Amino acid sequence: MIRAGAWLALLLLVAAPLVIVLGMGFGTSAPGVPPVIPPIGRAGWQGSLEAWALLFADTYYLDAALRSLRLAAITAGLCLVLGFGMALGIASAAPRWQAPLLALVLLPFWSGFVLRLAAWVGLLRDGGWVNSVLLQAGLISEPLPLLYSEGAMLLGMVHGYLPFAVLPLTATLARRDLRLEEAAADLGAGRWTVFLTITLPLAAPAAGAAFLLVFIPAAGEVVIPEVLGAPDSVLFGRAIWGEFFQTRDWPAAAVLSTALLALLLVPIALYQRLSVAR
Amino acid sequence: MRRLLLTLALLLSGLNAQAQQPTLNIYNWADYMDPYAIERFQRETGIRVRYDVYDTLETLEGKLSAGRSGYDIVVPTSEPAFNRLVRAGALRPLDRARLPNAANLDPALMARIASVDPENRHGVIYLWGTVGLGMNAARIRELAPDAPLDSLDLLLNPEHARRIARCGIAVMDSAVDVLPSVLRHLGRHPDSTAQADIDAAQRALLAIRPFLRSIPSPPAIIDALAAGEICLAFSYSGDVIQATARAREARRAHEVTYVMPREGAQLWFDMMAIPADAPNPDAAHAFINFILQPDVMAGITRQVRYPNAVPASRALLPPDVANDPSVFPPAEALALSFVAGTPAQAGERARARLWARFKAGR
Repeated sequence: MIRAGAWLALLLLVAAPLVIVLGMGFGTSAPGVPPVIPPIGRAGWQGSLEAWALLFADTYYLDAALRSLRLAAITAGLCLVLGFGMALGIASAAPRWQAPLLALVLLPFWSGFVLRLAAWVGLLRDGGWVNSVLLQAGLISEPLPLLYSEGAMLLGMVHGYLPFAVLPLTATLARRDLRLEEAAADLGAGRWTVFLTITLPLAAPAAGAAFLLVFIPAAGEVVIPEVLGAPDSVLFGRAIWGEFFQTRDWPAAAVLSTALLALLLVPIALYQRLSVAR
Repeated sequence: MRRLLLTLALLLSGLNAQAQQPTLNIYNWADYMDPYAIERFQRETGIRVRYDVYDTLETLEGKLSAGRSGYDIVVPTSEPAFNRLVRAGALRPLDRARLPNAANLDPALMARIASVDPENRHGVIYLWGTVGLGMNAARIRELAPDAPLDSLDLLLNPEHARRIARCGIAVMDSAVDVLPSVLRHLGRHPDSTAQADIDAAQRALLAIRPFLRSIPSPPAIIDALAAGEICLAFSYSGDVIQATARAREARRAHEVTYVMPREGAQLWFDMMAIPADAPNPDAAHAFINFILQPDVMAGITRQVRYPNAVPASRALLPPDVANDPSVFPPAEALALSFVAGTPAQAGERARARLWARFKAGR
């Protein structure tokens, strides 16, 4: 019964949308509501490969994909490093402090996502809080161009995705067998040696999961770069947005989404392979 | 406990009564309505208005092309959005019998829309305007005394732009409203999507890109001009005139003026229309008919400083608005103006990419 329910949920929530998006990529763009002719009509197959040809027509989308993967990797890396420290701190705290500390990590999620981004805009803009304080303190004479930069974008990405890294790491680190570390210390290992040879390997699977949990949504992120980032280069999420809204080419948008999904399957498969090998 | 149940029951019945009251969902440009008009419409008709705004045509078209947007009134620009929506069958033909006030519309202006909407079956003009230069002329005079103030050369000649850059230049983030003027200035067809023309426009825009302070959304330009953060902007006429009024209200030392380029400005019309699947077309017709009254239209023009297409409203406007040539362009300027067309999808993709490169500056 439960098993059937799980299959049904997978079918409705994962397989069906996937098939629709995949199929849409073979459709033809045409004026109408919706602005697309489906690949299979009454007369049978009427699809086209036009949208797929677009993907490889030039390096525009490839460049966008590489930029997005790079940004996602940096974001996930930063989240992993910061999140590991936070998780270790929470896991080492007295048990009665663990829940409140974890709640503090999650608390920002209670406010709206766009609102939190808008707060960064308010902090970072030319007349914003950060620049005002620095100006008043006499540390700078002109406002620093903080907003609409790669740094602001990364700040927003890390801020937005950090909890995704903290949660799996905390869960694993809080459950780790402390006796192993104590034994290593008793045998004369320094703190760094204990961390590198015992704690880190124990947390490696969770670290991999944390990295992926940030990396995957970050690769398709469209809102944060749009609100905080420099307008310098089109990211993949933005390219999908453009095909959907600017050219209203749904098949092209579907092909790009499928391509992104395929790209993201690579690190997931890699992670699977590594965990099995272990 | 019983008290709580009673309160709940009352609340539910209240919600119910509200649900039965007809509602009208309006989707309009941001900063584009007289709040008093909405209030009066609700009072006179008993129809509740839910008002929602967008600041780019992409958002509007994206929602409408997916279908079941839930909106009863939308305000797409004649070209490209209204044109495409008409062809896509996304708009409901208007029932003229329910719009007696449509007789108030200027037939000459409505005729300009007939090329995209034969017999004006799907929409009536809400407001219209031009695209041009908003400026602090005194400041520009100081920095570039020999630059022509009434020509797009002021913006598109890198030599002028370089000198004016010191006091701030902005171009609105709207490819459909900027590229046609740029192409025309370069002696190309404003609607061209030929690669040679796209490349030429890109070169011209990239040449001035280092001198632009920002490429903001149109509403942000109003603030920047009014506050004196920029001294030259390429934007919509009414937005600039709103900035003029705001700068005056705040008793700023500088004056903001709107200038239509002497080469001829891009002209646009925003159309009131009803989506094909609007939940409440009756209320939508009632709203359009209400808006087309001269006194309501005058209130809107007075608020947002865009001209309307109801000539009888002009006599009801304060003289400083009614006689402002920036609000109501004189006939000779209108004769020079042009309406941009609607490019095909491949052309649109080329233009979107050009715009992305322009914003990126490379």
